[in-house]
Amino acid sequence: MDDFIARTVLAGIGVAFAAGPLGCFVVWRRMAYFGDTLAHSALLGVAFGFLLGTAPTFGTMATGIGVAILLVWLQQKRDWSSDTLLGLLSHTTLACGLIAITFIQGVRIDLMAYLFGDILAVSNTDVVWIWVGACVVSGLVLLLWRALVALTVNREMAMAEGVASQRVELAFVILIAIVVAISMKVVGILLITAMLIIPPATARHIAKTPEQMAVISIFVGCLSVAAGIAGSYRWDIPAGPAIVVSAAILFAIGMTSGLIRGDQRHG
Amino acid sequence: MNDKANLITASDLKVSRGGQVILDGIDITVGSGEIVTLIGPNGAGKSTLVRSLLGLEPIDSGKIDRKAGLVVGYQAQRLVIDSTLPLTVRRFLTLTGNQTDDELVRTLELVQLEPTLDKSIHVLSGGEMQRVQLARAILRSPDLLVLDEPTQNVDISGAIELYRLIQETRDRLNCAVIMVSHDLNVVMSATNRVYCLNNHICCSGRPAEVSKHPEFLRLFGQSAADMLAVYTHDHDHDHGPTGEVRPSHNHTH
Repeated sequence: MDDFIARTVLAGIGVAFAAGPLGCFVVWRRMAYFGDTLAHSALLGVAFGFLLGTAPTFGTMATGIGVAILLVWLQQKRDWSSDTLLGLLSHTTLACGLIAITFIQGVRIDLMAYLFGDILAVSNTDVVWIWVGACVVSGLVLLLWRALVALTVNREMAMAEGVASQRVELAFVILIAIVVAISMKVVGILLITAMLIIPPATARHIAKTPEQMAVISIFVGCLSVAAGIAGSYRWDIPAGPAIVVSAAILFAIGMTSGLIRGDQRHG
Repeated sequence: MNDKANLITASDLKVSRGGQVILDGIDITVGSGEIVTLIGPNGAGKSTLVRSLLGLEPIDSGKIDRKAGLVVGYQAQRLVIDSTLPLTVRRFLTLTGNQTDDELVRTLELVQLEPTLDKSIHVLSGGEMQRVQLARAILRSPDLLVLDEPTQNVDISGAIELYRLIQETRDRLNCAVIMVSHDLNVVMSATNRVYCLNNHICCSGRPAEVSKHPEFLRLFGQSAADMLAVYTHDHDHDHGPTGEVRPSHNHTH
């Protein structure tokens, strides 16, 4: 019993660590739909994982990275707006995933678990995947941090001053794909973007610098995970949605306390 | 001119986007310490040219030589920072550098800004924002200062003040300046060389020379030349609406 709780909490906190700082960039660069698209492609990755006999997380990661690179390439061609491309890929990959899943024989796949998460069923292997992924993502985000912030403030300015934009931005989308893959078990495909968006948005209420916002979003994420798992245990509700609702409640608290203090958010 | 002193030399530059030629047959040099101004109507390719010179845009053909280790300070045309990104003046100034607070404060004083480093960047006015950008560029001790329409969103007195600061900065750092501009009168008085651009270089030279050039008058109209009060031109050809763009590609020169 203790093991099971520890695993659950460890998995959730691993996701919060990786998703917080990276999610800040998703908020600043207005890439929520991008995150959603990678999340929708995750089901296809699960199917690939099963069909090729590899771990689902690995299949999801590889598919996500492939879709991310395809998106960046299509966006550079500028034939279609980003919005259209994202909608196209998001739903096409989801539809392909739903079809591919039906071809998998012998294994009964719990679709709900992938769509909405099944953190209470995480295995030791899952926890290892999550933490290896979280460490890789956090390490690379730290390494790329300054370049990414400069590019986010103004791309041309950063480039003129010597930031290698293409390499850094490609690394960034690959990192999002990794976070999506490791978050799937915890909050599910349909709710992954919430972990990228809500904790950073909550942190924005008090942060004065990009670095503060990243650190605070990790704390907010961990708090949401803890509250969500506790709520799930207490009231027997699904953990993934409970984590997301907890995060949203924290966001609302942040917003109202800001209003009460009469702060100007931009001040 | 001594070739070695040139920071950027571009020859026969061609850039097109989506099948449309934006720049064609461009020859341009920026010597060390020179102030070079690019003028031209909207859509003339001014910003594209600057970005190409800095290597930020791919070019179709031609040749660009940049001095090895060229340090660039860049002031963006319209710097709009997303309000979801919390940013203090200190953090903005040190985006790509590592200066001490002392240096930051001294530089803010140079551009006549209140030296409060913890202030949020989001509360600054358009003119203050341009000056913070200038401070950021100064902190890099650049060989080349690139200013893309530095006085957009700044009122006239603010613009004059900004140009004075740019001139002062140039003299202090002894750096070259590439400026994209539409404020013909103020800019030209502080400039060594003007390139008048409309997808190709219509004319170039010292401000006084350019203002007399028929191509300049074609693009900007007589009122622009009168504003310069350099030359009175007895013109006998057609104009578009005053100072406005006429998207014609069939003119000869």
